[in-house]
Amino acid sequence: MFDTILIANRGEIACRVIRTARAMGLRTVAVHSDVDAGAAHVAMADVAVCIGGAAPADSYLRGDRIIAAAQATGAQAIHPGYGFLSENPDFVEAVEAAGLTFIGPSAAAIRAMGLKDAAKALMEKAGVPVVPGYHGADQDPGHLEVEADRIGYPVLIKAVAGGGGKGMRLVETPAGFVDALERAKAEARTAFGNDSVLIEKFVEKPRHIEVQVFGDGTRAVHLFERDCSLQRRHQKVIEEAPAPGMTPEMRAAMGSAAVRAAEAIGYRGAGTVEFIVDGSDGLRPNGFWFMEMNTRLQVEHPVTEGITGVDLVEWQIRVAAGEPLPLRQEELSITGHAFEARLYAEDVPAGFLPATGTLAHLSFPEGVRADSGVRSGDAISPFYDPMIAKVIVHGPTRAVALRQLARGLEGCRVAGTVTNLAFLGALARHEGFAAGDVDTGLIARDLSALAAEPRAEPRHWARAALAATGLDAPGGWDRGFALWAPLARRVTLRHGDEVVDCVLRAEGPDRARIAIGEAEVLAEWQGGALRLDGGPAPEVHVAPLRVTVFDRFGLAFDLPDPLERASAAGAGDGLTRAPMPGRVVKVHVHAGQAVAAGDRLAVLEAMKMEHTMQAARDGVVAEVLVAAGDQVEAGAPLIRLEEEDAA
Amino acid sequence: MRLQSSVVTGSETYRANRAAHLAALAEIEQAAGLAAEGGGPKARERHVSRGKMLPRERVANLLDPGSPFLEIGATAGHGLYDDAAPCAGVIAGIGLVEGRQVMVVCNDATVKGGTYYPMSVKKHLRAQEIALECRLPCVYLVDSGGANLPNQDEVFPDRDHFGRIFYNQAQMSAQGIAQIAVVMGSCTAGGAYVPAMSDVTIIVKEQGTIFLAGPPLVKAATGEIVTAEDLGGGDVHTRLSGVADYLAEDDAHALALARRAVASLGRASATLDLGSGPPPAYDPDEILGAVPASLSTPYDIREVIARIVDESYFDDFKPRFGETLVTGFARIEGMDCGLIANNGVLFSEAAQKGAHFVELCSQRKIPLIFLQNITGFMVGRKYENEGIARHGAKMVTAVATTAVPKITLLVGGSFGAGNYGMAGRAYQPRFLWTWPNSRISVMGGAQAAGVLATVKRDAIERAGGAWSAEDEAAFKRPTVEMFERQSHPLYASARLWDDGILDPRKSRAVLALSLRAALNAPIGETRFGVFRM
Repeated sequence: MFDTILIANRGEIACRVIRTARAMGLRTVAVHSDVDAGAAHVAMADVAVCIGGAAPADSYLRGDRIIAAAQATGAQAIHPGYGFLSENPDFVEAVEAAGLTFIGPSAAAIRAMGLKDAAKALMEKAGVPVVPGYHGADQDPGHLEVEADRIGYPVLIKAVAGGGGKGMRLVETPAGFVDALERAKAEARTAFGNDSVLIEKFVEKPRHIEVQVFGDGTRAVHLFERDCSLQRRHQKVIEEAPAPGMTPEMRAAMGSAAVRAAEAIGYRGAGTVEFIVDGSDGLRPNGFWFMEMNTRLQVEHPVTEGITGVDLVEWQIRVAAGEPLPLRQEELSITGHAFEARLYAEDVPAGFLPATGTLAHLSFPEGVRADSGVRSGDAISPFYDPMIAKVIVHGPTRAVALRQLARGLEGCRVAGTVTNLAFLGALARHEGFAAGDVDTGLIARDLSALAAEPRAEPRHWARAALAATGLDAPGGWDRGFALWAPLARRVTLRHGDEVVDCVLRAEGPDRARIAIGEAEVLAEWQGGALRLDGGPAPEVHVAPLRVTVFDRFGLAFDLPDPLERASAAGAGDGLTRAPMPGRVVKVHVHAGQAVAAGDRLAVLEAMKMEHTMQAARDGVVAEVLVAAGDQVEAGAPLIRLEEEDAA
Repeated sequence: MRLQSSVVTGSETYRANRAAHLAALAEIEQAAGLAAEGGGPKARERHVSRGKMLPRERVANLLDPGSPFLEIGATAGHGLYDDAAPCAGVIAGIGLVEGRQVMVVCNDATVKGGTYYPMSVKKHLRAQEIALECRLPCVYLVDSGGANLPNQDEVFPDRDHFGRIFYNQAQMSAQGIAQIAVVMGSCTAGGAYVPAMSDVTIIVKEQGTIFLAGPPLVKAATGEIVTAEDLGGGDVHTRLSGVADYLAEDDAHALALARRAVASLGRASATLDLGSGPPPAYDPDEILGAVPASLSTPYDIREVIARIVDESYFDDFKPRFGETLVTGFARIEGMDCGLIANNGVLFSEAAQKGAHFVELCSQRKIPLIFLQNITGFMVGRKYENEGIARHGAKMVTAVATTAVPKITLLVGGSFGAGNYGMAGRAYQPRFLWTWPNSRISVMGGAQAAGVLATVKRDAIERAGGAWSAEDEAAFKRPTVEMFERQSHPLYASARLWDDGILDPRKSRAVLALSLRAALNAPIGETRFGVFRM
């Protein structure tokens, strides 16, 4: 066994590998970029080495520096995590050439699976089912029709040069083939100048089911399947194991196919064989086809760990150190059900745009496994994947585990950035998902409902208003004192597109009323706890000018700063005036010219100084009111920009 | 010593007392509610439609969230000017801004455009007087058309009229008491000097205006036609004239700037630590049942003290001597104070004891609190002959000349010379508060009518006439009624004979806030006048 390993990765996977390595009594070495110097994985490791700049190409993809770091720190093995260099055969070779161990498959195995078409051919040879199709050069319509019959309807006709759905036709029955082929070819010719097509089996209700395999270089076992059908634009959102509706026959068939695939390339370590499965009529042993093999540890590996009790990273390290496979196939079994949800910093309503920000607060509830590479106070930087955490649950049955997932997501607290937490929560409560009726199209079909932003109710506004004013803790005897009616303070809050004036009345040390439009919320302290209208008040995180209420997956309220108003309004009437009496030396712009804030407009000479007049805002020059050489008085208008609406 | 109450909270008397006090309280509460509404729904709606905050909202948003607001003259102007000036058209009171006590004076433009009625002027000056005595920074939220022209004779010319506002500003500024103005509406004519005389001035863009003469007067005087904004708007005053220092986008922005201005005052004159103390052992709520409904029913004032001071702890000074005056030391919300309270008519001994106690507090620099329920000094040959006037004068001298802050609370009657010895308005207590059941007049109505009737009867009988009992009763009635009306706390408070009426249950809080404000200024050395020994 090694005594020191280096983890050539960052974020949650680096932390997760370090955790197991530490449990095994190993010393760990982290590598990091400049901006990651304070990152969680660096803090966790025994040793950390900076390997370059923020861009991955300057650090995490620099195999040479990583190997040098391993040598400098006495590491004997390198764990690549996922992504970055994990499936780079050249790196594997370099590691081995340096006399170190790569914790993962051989370069040859990676190469074998790296080219998708070659991999498919290889798998076909090994007796692994692949998606039936015709990719041949013979474009004779009669020949194509024969191929379609061989593949079996329904089939898809696709332009070889295609994309964006152009030149694509779905053909349900043989009768429609000729006509559809003609039109597809015509379209392809127009769009791409190339009317070659290929034909593939059309999988009607596709599911993404993958099998976890583990090899020692010759033999392999499988650790059952994971269902990753909940996807949005090919991005996995929630994964689970085992797959809903899986039968023992189908599992055996898929498992043995996956093991065949691994053994065919002499696979060593953890790998995943992905299949596309026809879910239109239940799961059938003849309804799955090989897609590709991922020659690394998967993001979603924890669900397999959940149902098998195996620590896959421990297996990786042990097998890399030369130990045999820790368990035989017959010793592996499934216990219960596991889910994993991927928590991202992303703006769901804006179309799932990646978001950045500083995690002012981050915490996870009891009872879930949260694999995270960030902590409260860490930044989600634009350089890397904006994943905040993987929330993993394991329960005795699928129904129990799914409830645990929903509750667990409700208990996650994130402040400082927008997240997809509400979206995940909606998925966890989705009826079709709960029924196990999953396929890769589920999210797209129900997207508007799933992506709907949770609405803030009056009690949420009230809670935020109390926090924004510091009135969410009991006050002294003088809190809110008034001889008669208490004063009503206005607090303007913004949540999403909604701006609301909340009206607060402190009625004493332990009571306040908050009016939110027509609604009124009573806040009281009972036994040291804040209650709203008699119910417990959600907790909050307060940052300058922002309050996050931890309910409905985190509702963020912004507090517009009245003092910020002046600068925003500084652009004024669009007139640039002479600051003092002087002579215009130069005019830089002409009417109709577009200018940006800060652009030079004119130069004025006064009191032996040259003053450059700059545009106060973006806009278009409406008029130049002076010419070079003009003598002007203080306050004289020099340049006028068009009205902002017109500009 | 912890006071022991003998009040039986479930008794018939207790319930009757409570009912009577609640009825009296309801009348005041209704008046205060009307005053808080300002110029009524229409005027308020018009005000809000211009994007302006209502005056009480302005005050609330100036103050720290949850700040107490010790309002001055909450029912000033009540029943005056045909009820045209609720709250006298100006809100005044003490609150916290950035943790510091400030005096806020806020015009209510929904009341006749915020113009100054005689009571408005009196209230504004009273607020300034408190600020001066307590060294409280002043924030003026200005939105006023200046003097109320139909009342100009009672607003403009005299010493304590309009001009005194600016005189006070200059005096306070000279003493280092910050003067901050926020111009949120008109500031016309004399009113222009509020911002101009301030240390720091903020003006709201396209809403606040400052000019000595408005556009109509300018046109009349010189023929010049000019808009209000060009004549004296925010842009003009912050860019050209320098009359104002900060330009605000709107009310909220202006108030935020005002808060920042207070934060920038430096800590040198900052508010003392805002402390607290253990609550009384007896619930202040019981005051309503413990205090008799009728002023003519005697009771032990210690029942009130027990429901005001920390832990009901009271160091009863000289309890066996001059028993009709209760004196002693206690704390209210942790602040030391000496209490002087009436337990009946004042005798010579009581007056001497009172003078003695004032001397003690003056030496120790402990503020004095007067709980006033006094029908006056004892009358009659015995008392005059023993020199009760001399002993009374001692107490009045001590009360008049002590340098420690005095705070007076009328818990019952305030009649005759008793008012003087117990720090009535003329003795310049820092604050003077009243309960809804209190009455104030030179003497009781029946006594006054009796005096007048005796004089009249003597005249009739000298002329040989006769005066029937019915005629005498008819003669007395108008006097009794006049005294009743004029001694009512709403009548008194409307004229600012006091700083406001309060719910007796809030006495502890009001006294604590008054003490806190008073203690904001250092306590000087006392130099008493000549005591007639």
